[in-house]
Amino acid sequence: MSKKNRITGALFVGTTAFSAFLIIAVIIILLVVIIIGGKDTFSWEFLTSFPQDGMMKGGIFPAIYGTALLVVIMSVAAVPFGTITAIYLTEYASETSILAQTIRFAVRTLATVPSIIFGLFGLGFFIKFVGGGMDDVFLGGQLKWGQPNILWASLTMSLLTLPVVIVSVEEAIRTVPREMREASLALGATKWETIRRIVIPGSRSGIMTGTILAVSRGAGEVAPILFTGAAYYLATLPTSLSDQFMNLGYHIYIMATQSANVDQTLPIQFATTLVLLMLTFMLNLTAVIIRSRLRRKAK
Amino acid sequence: MDNPIENTGFVFSKESLRKKFRWSEFFSEKIITGVAFLSITIIVLIFFFVFRETLPIFHQKKETKKIESVQKQEQYNGEETSVAKNSAGQEQYGVITKDTLMMENQVPGEDTIVRGSDEATVKSLLGKEWLPVSDRPRYGLVPLLVGTLKITLLAILFAAPIAILAALFSAAFAPHWMREIIKPAIELLAGFPSVVIGFFALMVMASFFQNIFGYDTRLNAFVGGVAMALAAIPIIYTITEDALTAVPRSYTEASLALGASRWQTALFVTLPAATPGIFAAILLGIGRVFGETMIALMATGNAAMISVNPFESVRTLAATIGAEMAEVVFGDTHYSVLFLIGSLLFIFTFCLNALAEFYVKGRLVKRFQGK
Amino acid sequence: MKQPKIQIRDLTLFYGEKMALNSISMEIPEKEVTAFIGPSGCGKSTFLRTLNRMNDLIPNVRITGEVLVDSLNIYDKQIDVVNLRKKVGMVFQKSNPFTKSIYENVAYGPKINGIHDRKKLEVIVETSLQKAFIWEEVKDRLHDSAMGLSGGQQQRMCIARALAVNPEIILMDEPASALDPISTAKIEELIFELKKNYTIVIVTHNMQQAARVSDLTAFFYLGELVEYGKTRKIFTTPDKKQTEDYITGRFG
Ligand SMILES: Nc1ncnc2c1ncn2[C@@H]1O[C@H](COP(=O)(O)OP(=O)(O)OP(=O)(O)O)[C@@H](O)[C@H]1O
Ligand SMILES: [Mg+2]
Repeated sequence: MSKKNRITGALFVGTTAFSAFLIIAVIIILLVVIIIGGKDTFSWEFLTSFPQDGMMKGGIFPAIYGTALLVVIMSVAAVPFGTITAIYLTEYASETSILAQTIRFAVRTLATVPSIIFGLFGLGFFIKFVGGGMDDVFLGGQLKWGQPNILWASLTMSLLTLPVVIVSVEEAIRTVPREMREASLALGATKWETIRRIVIPGSRSGIMTGTILAVSRGAGEVAPILFTGAAYYLATLPTSLSDQFMNLGYHIYIMATQSANVDQTLPIQFATTLVLLMLTFMLNLTAVIIRSRLRRKAK
Repeated sequence: MDNPIENTGFVFSKESLRKKFRWSEFFSEKIITGVAFLSITIIVLIFFFVFRETLPIFHQKKETKKIESVQKQEQYNGEETSVAKNSAGQEQYGVITKDTLMMENQVPGEDTIVRGSDEATVKSLLGKEWLPVSDRPRYGLVPLLVGTLKITLLAILFAAPIAILAALFSAAFAPHWMREIIKPAIELLAGFPSVVIGFFALMVMASFFQNIFGYDTRLNAFVGGVAMALAAIPIIYTITEDALTAVPRSYTEASLALGASRWQTALFVTLPAATPGIFAAILLGIGRVFGETMIALMATGNAAMISVNPFESVRTLAATIGAEMAEVVFGDTHYSVLFLIGSLLFIFTFCLNALAEFYVKGRLVKRFQGK
Repeated sequence: MKQPKIQIRDLTLFYGEKMALNSISMEIPEKEVTAFIGPSGCGKSTFLRTLNRMNDLIPNVRITGEVLVDSLNIYDKQIDVVNLRKKVGMVFQKSNPFTKSIYENVAYGPKINGIHDRKKLEVIVETSLQKAFIWEEVKDRLHDSAMGLSGGQQQRMCIARALAVNPEIILMDEPASALDPISTAKIEELIFELKKNYTIVIVTHNMQQAARVSDLTAFFYLGELVEYGKTRKIFTTPDKKQTEDYITGRFG
């Protein structure tokens, strides 16, 4: 091979390697900058106390609490529905049926719909249509459910995370060997018994992983809750489904763009961002631990 | 041998082999199928409810024709009753200020503006001014559309080459251990909340680039584009990598057998063979950037202006919804126009997804199986 | 000759457009061992799976003809496939324990049949494991995962699991093909013991095995039943040239 050719090759491979390392470098810089920026403010105190002085000081406990509540309600809605959809796609639908293909297309579409659209849908459907309808029917028009609250925000978020659950549960179900299903059926189990006793237990770790991925997605998304329930500041924690709530991501957004003195609260902003990043990280860590424990137990 | 298992309670007979109706089977199947329909239902509902809220805009048009004189009167009244909450804040959307951070003057809790309907709405949609909270509101979508396209173009220009080259590196050149680091790391990036990327762009990248390029507006399309690229890179990278690794070995082996080197094979055989997949990757990357809200809100400056200069602020469609929806009155014209923007976003991303799905996937399959 | 347990009449099976079984008719007697032999791909497994309708699970399968078990056509619309499979049990080529404990594996079938009484289940599990000659090996580790057993033990546990449902017929698809000679010998011994109480149909590639364990042998070739008769006759004086060629190993 000619020398010129070899140089071109080296240059080309070098460019591809450079691109890969550039991405990695940006990820590292991002992490490091946020850790450095937030580490001084970050403390137990910061995590457990309320904001003070018009959010110029104090902690972010209500935002953490609101985010946790949001993802819990969201999971309660998204995980069972996502799991059942995955079961349908793998166990009941024939791969070529039009219905199954339409569902798959819908799931993929759902995964690519911009998150702000979910916010609009939450507003138009949950708040105005369902909530407003509930107020009209049960409360004689008195405004209670027809306004943003944690329930509507969580349900909106669950639509967004539904595909995440479906995809990872489906993947897990497909790893349950066909031989095991056949063994169960050959023993005289019905289809549903086989699903309930063999398929679902066999994909437990996938359901767990799907839940955790959905939670970490739901904890970080802000656009869907901008106008479906997140609040700028609340002096008390939400106690009912019809209450508004504070949220980590929303808090970051508000503090960084709308607070009276952005520079003064900069450490708080960095620390809040650090908390959100750590939360995502810890969720993934938990996923790994649960999965390995499940596998050990199966052995 | 005696058989204690016989007391299993199940005795074989003609009777026991007769077909049984099992309620649990019946209900489980019905419920599971019903739930599976949910995904389709949600898509249909999104279509329906997002469009439904835009309808008032077009209703007004009809009314205008019918009772024009009355309408004019109303319109006049409407203008009078529209009380500005903050006269300084009103025109801000159209103006670039030095401190773009404070562009959105949304102090929650303040009264929102009530405005009457006006006939000019529909006509103004094609205008060049986005001034939804002025005395005479104008809802020109052109600057928002231009802003969105501009930032999408910038973001994809940054993201696509880097992501595709990186995918080529990890699919074709990287040693195994390196690949085991690069892939998960980029997937980690996909897991970063966009508000975190937006925050990083706002607080760190904006100043960093300003020092380098010395532009005036700290938050602009360039900063926003780079930040959006961070969100698009994982998508483009992952799908491209999949497409590259899906290229049959026979392709590359044939090329290597002809004496081509590894990089030549990668560049002239593997990469072209994977083009439909890469095309899909770019389409989905575009969809992601087009609809991204938080990064746009935080890093682009949010001024609705038409300009080709990448260092000017822009206001995207998604960011407009995000910034203004919390302010408007339910059912107001402004409200409906924001839903109209949402419908546009939805239709656009839906088409992108469908295109990537039907066209590109079909071609990929044909290419590898039909030949 | 005992009364036939299974009668197959003119059974034809298609996978899509491809014919896998061509008009097969035969009778399988009760409480004897019938072996299916033939070159790979000739349809032995397919045929075996038609006997408890496991082929129903595969899309695009078309079946015509009749299979009568105790003179009931199991392809009749009125037949309950779930209960049929309790009567016609199956052991697969690759041992396929559930990722559960040994106890849970064996108790799976009885539990499905609505037995939840602990005492009863324990008796069933123990008897089944004893019948499969594996009780002594596992009695101290019943609650350990079945995945921890050796291949041969797993296969015998799978047989025990099938026995726990109290079937009348047991179908075995190459049950010893993946096992070492000692485990194979144990399985063969087990089959010999089981035929006192069960009707057994076994697919095997191993000529010696067929000769050792079976009373009757059926030779299949390209989806057709070529020859069927007493094992001794098939192995000593087959009627058809093809059978002789296959048995003596002159086959391609
Ligand atoms: N699910 C299926 N779909 C389509 N064709 C199939 C399927 N299963 C089997 N076949 C085909 O049917 C024929 C018979 O297969 P079968 O598995 O019954 O053979 P076999 O005699 O058991 O072979 P072996 O000894 O290798 O197990 C083969 O040609 C096979 O390719
Ligand atoms: Mg076979």
